Amino acid sequence: MKIVADAKPLRVVVDLNRCQGYAQCCYAAPDAFTLRGHEILFYDPAPPAARRGAIERAVQACPVRAISLQAGADDGETP
Amino acid sequence: MPEPAGIVMVGASLAGLRGAEALRRSGYAGPLTLVGAEPHRPYDRPPLSKHVLVGDLDADATRLPELASLHARWRLGSPAIALDRTNRTLRLADGTALAYDKLLIATGAEARSWPAETGGRLSGVFTLRGRDDAAALRAAVQARPRRVLIVGGGLIGCETASCLRDLGLAVTLVDPNPTPLAASLGTFVGGVIADCLRDAGAAFRPGTMVRAFEGDGSGRVVRARLSDGGAIEADLVIAALGATRATGWLQGAGLMADPGGVTCDAACRVLDAEGAPCPDIYAAGDVARWPIPLYGNRLVSVEHWGNAVEQAGHAARNMLARPDDQRPYQHVPAFWSSQFGINIKLVGLTAGADALAVVQGSRASRRFLAVYGRNGRSIAALSFDQARWLPAYAQAITAGGAFPPILDATDQPRIETAAPGFPPRATAPAPSRSETVHA
Ligand SMILES: Cc1cc2nc3c(=O)[nH]c(=O)nc-3n(C[C@H](O)[C@H](O)[C@H](O)COP(=O)(O)OP(=O)(O)OC[C@H]3O[C@@H](n4cnc5c(N)ncnc54)[C@H](O)[C@@H]3O)c2cc1C
Ligand code: SF4
Repeated sequence: MKIVADAKPLRVVVDLNRCQGYAQCCYAAPDAFTLRGHEILFYDPAPPAARRGAIERAVQACPVRAISLQAGADDGETP
Repeated sequence: MPEPAGIVMVGASLAGLRGAEALRRSGYAGPLTLVGAEPHRPYDRPPLSKHVLVGDLDADATRLPELASLHARWRLGSPAIALDRTNRTLRLADGTALAYDKLLIATGAEARSWPAETGGRLSGVFTLRGRDDAAALRAAVQARPRRVLIVGGGLIGCETASCLRDLGLAVTLVDPNPTPLAASLGTFVGGVIADCLRDAGAAFRPGTMVRAFEGDGSGRVVRARLSDGGAIEADLVIAALGATRATGWLQGAGLMADPGGVTCDAACRVLDAEGAPCPDIYAAGDVARWPIPLYGNRLVSVEHWGNAVEQAGHAARNMLARPDDQRPYQHVPAFWSSQFGINIKLVGLTAGADALAVVQGSRASRRFLAVYGRNGRSIAALSFDQARWLPAYAQAITAGGAFPPILDATDQPRIETAAPGFPPRATAPAPSRSETVHA
């Protein structure tokens, strides 16, 4: 079995205009999302591939759909 | 038949990427090229002046997720230097000519740098706009400078001041206005940030203009000379003077473009020098300037993340639509910032506000929601650690609701109304030629 592609980090971005600090993502994936102070969301934009399941749960859990995740491979040629 | 040239995005950052994804999502299957001046795939800028600077994130961890299969040709590391509209070709710095059928201008903005004549080239003088700037600044910060001077109390100046105090460095922030953030949020709110700076142990010097930087024999910055004759010693300087739109490459293209932006119509189509929309050239993100109906159709460029995403998506939609189906871009500007442990969010434009009401919380507690009014209408809402309340007010603003906002909550204390305290334009730092909403 080949798991090479999966070794690449995931790519995450949160739309912090939309984020309301509900912290649902922090429960779903505590290693990747934390709240600092009253409502500053800190997240890891390049979490290891092994966290994929937890992060997908966070994406689903966010009530305002503020989290975007790239899980597929990169494409396109770069000269 | 030769292959069509397809759609070219100039600027491979947030707006270029999100625009490209929107094209693919809408079913565009033709050739797609992203041209980027920087060698990096699109990355996210907001963390640069926050988590990257303190060292919680590496600069190269900020690469943006690519949310659709782009099948794009990437032309990275070589900026576009000229646009020939007659032949529908771009020229790149590496000498290539690149044909296009449709073009999205998404070249964003550039940090306003300190003039070379007055010390801008000294080592130890930094600006912060890109990933490489952030990595260089982070390395300089890790060398534990003894005294840091930040020039400019806008969002980036304040965010960096907050980070550097978290790292325990000696920080002085200077600004010509009475408080930080005065130009964008007014001195009433800016006063809270001035208090935060002091509580965090940073020196804030209001009403202070730097005239020049001086270096030592090796060309390293050692001090700033002030307009009033004084001086501030510093071995690291961050010039946080705002940004100018990256339109230099459009010189001679016959478009309405200057350092204040490239002018578009409501449908995101770029206007030519005569003011007619170009059917094949669109713009989005920090570089674009367009009329906002909610604010009397003033031409505004919005230097905020959310606009880059939305406007690029909208421009992509119109790029694929028929000429008689060009929909206007409806957008309410909004941004967030975090500094001194506070989450700051704004919805709407504060420019021209004549009154401000604190409708939730209090300024003293540093947790509040304030509404800005102009001529009896609510035009913007600002939250300091009260983001949950913001959407309700955003709705009122979009609807052109009354000011002060009418509230029927019985537990509401008497609403404090104040002057927002915008400084006169003349004292604002480095005024730009057209109206810009600073990030
Ligand atoms: C340090 C920092 C912190 C920020 N924090 C926040 C925040 O907290 N909240 C918020 O709402 N906004 C924030 N912003 C603003 C937000 O990042 C911008 O609004 C957003 O990046 C705009 O995206 P853009 O694609 O329009 O422009 P840019 O991100 O500026 O991208 C333009 C791209 O075009 C490239 N380019 C320029 N000229 C050429 C050329 N001639 N040919 C080819 N490529 C070219 C540039 O290299 C760049 O990569 C911040 C910005 C910075 C710099
Ligand atoms: S769940 Fe969504 S809204 Fe809540 S903190 Fe996470 S990203 Fe923000």
